[in-house]
Amino acid sequence: MQSLIFAKQKILNDKSILFSLLSLSILLVLAKIIGILPDFLNRMPEDVIPKYAETFDEKFNNNRDWMTSITRFFSQRLEFQLKVMAHLFYGARVHFFNPIDWVSLIFPATAFVYFIDGRKIASVTASIITISAILFTFFIGDENQLTLMWLFLGLSAVGCIYTFVKHGFLSPMIILGIVSIYAIILNGYKLGPLPWSSIAATAAVIGYYLGGWRLALLGGGTFIWTALIGQWKLAMETLSVLVVAAPISFIIGLLLGIAAWKFAKFDKFLRPLLSVLQTLPFFTYLLPAVIFFKVGPTAGAMATIIYAIPPMILMTTLGLKKVSPEIVEAGKMAGCSRWQMLSKVYIPAARTELLVGLNQVIMLCLAMVVLTAFIGMPGLGAKLLAMMNSFKLGRSFEIGVTIVLVAVMLDRLSKAWVVKQPVHFERGAPWWERHFFLLAAVVAFFGFLLFSMEVQFADQIGRKQHFSKGKEIDGLIKGFLDIDGVQAVTGWLRWFLITKVLIPFRDTLLWVPTSSFILFITVFSLWLGGKKPAIYAFLFFCFVASTGWWDRSVITLYTVISAVVLAMLIGLPMAIWAARSDKWSRRILLFCDTAQTFPSFIYLLPAIMLFGINDVAVIFSILIFTLVPLVRYTVEGLRGVPPEMTEAADMAGASRFQKLINVQLPLALPTMAVGFNQAIMFAFFMVIIAAFIGTQDLGQELQRTLAGTDLGKNFVLGLCVSLMALTFDQTIMSWTEKRKKALGLK
Amino acid sequence: MTNSKPVISCNNVWKLFGFAPEKYLKTLSEDRSYEEIQADGYIAGVKDVSVDVFEGEMLVIMGLSGSGKSTLLRCMSRLHDITGGTIKIDDQDIMALEEKELINLRRNKMGMVFQSFGLLPHRSVLENVAFPLEMRGQSKHDRRDRALEVIKLVGLEGREDYFPRELSGGQQQRVGIARSLAIEPDIWFLDEPFSALDPLIRREMQDEFLRLQDMLGKTIIFVTHDFDEALRLADRIAIMKDGAIEQCDTPDKIVLNPATDYVAKFTQEIDTARVVRAKTLMRAGAKKSITGVALSANATIQELARTIVNDARKEFPIEDEKGKIIGSMNRQEALDVLLGDK
Repeated sequence: MQSLIFAKQKILNDKSILFSLLSLSILLVLAKIIGILPDFLNRMPEDVIPKYAETFDEKFNNNRDWMTSITRFFSQRLEFQLKVMAHLFYGARVHFFNPIDWVSLIFPATAFVYFIDGRKIASVTASIITISAILFTFFIGDENQLTLMWLFLGLSAVGCIYTFVKHGFLSPMIILGIVSIYAIILNGYKLGPLPWSSIAATAAVIGYYLGGWRLALLGGGTFIWTALIGQWKLAMETLSVLVVAAPISFIIGLLLGIAAWKFAKFDKFLRPLLSVLQTLPFFTYLLPAVIFFKVGPTAGAMATIIYAIPPMILMTTLGLKKVSPEIVEAGKMAGCSRWQMLSKVYIPAARTELLVGLNQVIMLCLAMVVLTAFIGMPGLGAKLLAMMNSFKLGRSFEIGVTIVLVAVMLDRLSKAWVVKQPVHFERGAPWWERHFFLLAAVVAFFGFLLFSMEVQFADQIGRKQHFSKGKEIDGLIKGFLDIDGVQAVTGWLRWFLITKVLIPFRDTLLWVPTSSFILFITVFSLWLGGKKPAIYAFLFFCFVASTGWWDRSVITLYTVISAVVLAMLIGLPMAIWAARSDKWSRRILLFCDTAQTFPSFIYLLPAIMLFGINDVAVIFSILIFTLVPLVRYTVEGLRGVPPEMTEAADMAGASRFQKLINVQLPLALPTMAVGFNQAIMFAFFMVIIAAFIGTQDLGQELQRTLAGTDLGKNFVLGLCVSLMALTFDQTIMSWTEKRKKALGLK
Repeated sequence: MTNSKPVISCNNVWKLFGFAPEKYLKTLSEDRSYEEIQADGYIAGVKDVSVDVFEGEMLVIMGLSGSGKSTLLRCMSRLHDITGGTIKIDDQDIMALEEKELINLRRNKMGMVFQSFGLLPHRSVLENVAFPLEMRGQSKHDRRDRALEVIKLVGLEGREDYFPRELSGGQQQRVGIARSLAIEPDIWFLDEPFSALDPLIRREMQDEFLRLQDMLGKTIIFVTHDFDEALRLADRIAIMKDGAIEQCDTPDKIVLNPATDYVAKFTQEIDTARVVRAKTLMRAGAKKSITGVALSANATIQELARTIVNDARKEFPIEDEKGKIIGSMNRQEALDVLLGDK
């Protein structure tokens, strides 16, 4: 009884705080209307704004030297890997060689062998040879390095062949094969570029192994399309960065994830950092990369790697925590040491989550590699950027298709790997049957390699040989856009949205006094999420106000809000309608799944095509980008309502509308809120990219910093975006949690 | 059957869950009940348990869910660290063991079977069974030979290359059993091994289990929530409630003399004649006066029902496995048991 009264009082308290804050913020607005609002409550006065950026820059410049020397060490190793891949994929030349790179390759390879096989013999011999190789290289001098390398390779070959013959372990042989390829390239022999037909054939075999004919078609087809349309080199420039960045992200994320799972303190420290990192606009990743690693592939790869790490960390901790306690106990009772527990029990048992993490890493890497076009990374993204800049819609469209195909292919293949389960062979199956797909891949690869030596077309597709129809499509699209009807519709939409909706809304937001704005956001957080998010909201927005970038932040917010509201107006009815039938739910979910894999950059294309370069295009691109999570989670939420509840509503004689309003929507709301939250996060991400179209918000300023070295300003701007996004994230997720608990869904 | 020396010996074992349980245990007065401890914010997983398990004996720990039976089992294998008391295995206090020693103990002496099998999903049957052997570093050939041997023992020959998800529940548990036996453990822990199986398979697995036990004669701690299963398998049963042992005795003694009301609730529905054996009702000492065909000491009263009803002798001679007369049983007492009058 006592606690009940107490609870009542508490609610009363919360409510009274809510109302007093709300009335305070309304009072401030009224004060401004009458004209008695003091200036410092309207906008933060210039002279009290702390100089975050300057202080940061000063600190940074003082420490710059040692920081760059560390990063240079890493960037050179990375550059080496990128160069080798670039050589293999599109024939770039490799012209430098540093013994440390050699070690940087052997070491992870050895660790990999040990990890997969867990057999000391292979790894111990390899590492002894490695260490002696390092020592030798330092004493012998440059001219003898290559001799030494061959010696080293010879020795490891003996070791690997010995382990294969004696114990039948294949993995050292595979590593040896990879290392030999490096050795050959480093010796100046030309291995690359690999013929497109070989890669396409191998991709088809892998696709078939993972998911049958459909994925074989997708895997092979993507590469065939890319080659025939004449974008092979572009695609390979992009992929060569991806194949280096994704594994590194995966491994770093895995290690950090394991550390966070093992040490609670580290986890506590890491979590807030990760949420900031995940909401930080990508320009903020780019500039430090540029400053530390110079413009180009290395900087791009570095930014990509860092960008893709956070979700891998989260998936790793999640997966390790989810391992069933019985499996853990079984491992302990089998007498596992700690290392055995981790490598033989935890990690294999968390396979699904780790592979889901890998899928996310790959997709984020691809999205980021495309975006790093902004800092001069060559490849599909750069070409798309150039084509859009010169308004060549046909070519842009073709590149867009290629990017989408590559994204869908990578997504589907890696997802198929997640669900791929080991299958046993009948006793006494011959070795070629056990390794059928490995053999098929090797045969396909080398078969087409030989074939392309004879037939030039299968090797490289020359300038005049491709089937690009860029000009024709360009004409088609422009012709379509010139049709009066289309013109009228887009023109009217543009006029209506800009003059009647967007500009008034923006001006209102900009007119509202800062103090009142902050209070209003706090009230919103308090009402929806509760006390904790409200405090965060207040602090976060105070920080944003104190940076002096208030107006631009408000414009960013305005863009996000208008786009998400418009997306809801379109998306929710669509999703509700689709959720009514099984067939359409499935179709829409499949579509959303696919659309979600597209690199965000792609969404700019239709926006620019339809609306040209203005605010409506910005809103439109964000709108279609945010539609995806909104529709998807709404459909999933509505479909996820337990059938007995809808049946109960039916039996109670509810009409379809009553059922929707009273049963389905309330139960689906927590899931829908997750989609809503994701939509806002996506919007904050997209609004920054839309700076490319031309905006007046934080994104524009951020993009400008890329040209210079204003690291401080870049960080402050990035933090503004991140904190605004986090405010919404905290509030909505806190509401979702509360709601789920109240509904007993958790 | 029982030896004088206990293999596992638990003395006043406590396992409390909560914040700083050791400190709390020190301040705890002896007569504090389970509910009172709970009100203090602690869960008494195991509450002052003392029990010995002897070599070659099968002790069944029986209790409903939340009674602490699995917790007690996990304390004995030190999957849980106990809060108070001592647990000794072969006179060695297991709480005093270093990590390395504990790993060695598990690698050489203990095997455990789990309720939901706890198989490693990425390993084939053979690799799962060989897993404990691999952990202790046995060579590939050795562990393959041994694993095949145990797989044959549990009747899974020909399925060595299957993966757990390709097997039925019963088969999966056979793999679990094979894995726990691979290292030839002295002590065999089974945590509700048959609870996840459907009734027909459960019965079959129990028979299989009895066959294995006949052959191997391990020291066994078997946890179950099924009283029938406990009666069927146990040499002794420990009935647990709220973390404490209510009664620990042989099945027939529990059925004939339930120590508490709680135990009596279980025994009520049990057909006593199926559990009580001739030797329980027997008065020791061979008397010349009692003649005629002797009855087997290990037979249940129900198995002897026909003789007891049809044969009008007042007393029956009782013989042991070797055919030696060791005592006699009163017909009236046997009839009482048979008819449920006790």
